[in-house]
Amino acid sequence: MDFILQPWPWYVGGPLIAISLLLYFYFGKNFGASTNFETLCTMAGAGKVSDYFKKDWKERDFAMLFVIGLIIGGFISAYYLIPNQTIDLNPTTVQELTDLGFTNVANQYFPDKIFGEEAFSSLKGFLILLLSGVLIGFGTRYAGGCTSGHAITGLSSLQLPSLLAVIGFFIGGIIATWFIIPILF
Amino acid sequence: MKNIRFLILGFFFAIVLSKTQAISWYRFYEMFKFQSFHMFGIIGGAVVISAIFMQLFKNGKIKDINGNKIIPKPKKKGFISTILGGTFFGLGWGISGACAAPIFVILGFKLVPALILLVGALLGAFIYGILSKKLPN
Repeated sequence: MDFILQPWPWYVGGPLIAISLLLYFYFGKNFGASTNFETLCTMAGAGKVSDYFKKDWKERDFAMLFVIGLIIGGFISAYYLIPNQTIDLNPTTVQELTDLGFTNVANQYFPDKIFGEEAFSSLKGFLILLLSGVLIGFGTRYAGGCTSGHAITGLSSLQLPSLLAVIGFFIGGIIATWFIIPILF
Repeated sequence: MKNIRFLILGFFFAIVLSKTQAISWYRFYEMFKFQSFHMFGIIGGAVVISAIFMQLFKNGKIKDINGNKIIPKPKKKGFISTILGGTFFGLGWGISGACAAPIFVILGFKLVPALILLVGALLGAFIYGILSKKLPN
């Protein structure tokens, strides 16, 4: 029981993610997460606006069940499996973020400055989240995958486009964390 | 309802991501700042072990549940689309600390901000769908 409630180290995470991929393929489907954004658009009626979304979402009912599993798993984890969200962050990182005005750094998974009620109920905070979401949805679909589809499935099956995509992920992520976050906060 | 197995798999995957802190904003921030090995260890480890599974799929040692050969879908090619799309995604990921699967998991932790992210992501996918024929590949 103790192991369940402690944070799991990286060398447990890597293999368990690989096992998730293995099971997804074993069940007969291609591992990935971001296509679900398109499927949800189709379900919401986007096919009336663009032919791109004129698909039968029922062919992806398995993926919608995967998404429901993700959501339930998130709630169970948040409420029962993580009594302590403290993160063993590099002291340099903690100092850096404190200097940027972040409070309670690494005492919880999500910083109040972005995920707190005060943040998301302000126009600036709301737009930061919404536009990040737009970049995630647009970017993953344009690139043809996300961390699961490109970085894990694509790289492990030695696909060149996935290497390019991952290079793109890091270009964007580095620009965001090194330059945009200090400007935003 | 044989697809219920995907619900259980999603549930399992969410717990793995949550327990290894692979949904935490801080973990991705320090990854992009190269200040910790944690996320590189998780993703790198997942890639290396998955590569072994891919070999076993390829030579037919592991078949799917129906006995068919497992062939991962080839990724669409296109230099501009993968690099540029990847960069857009990286920007959103770096700012919000969320990639695709974790957005759904974070709903359980921070409901309203995760909903805003999700609405944004659907809007982004919708914009892509509308523009897809006009965008360079």
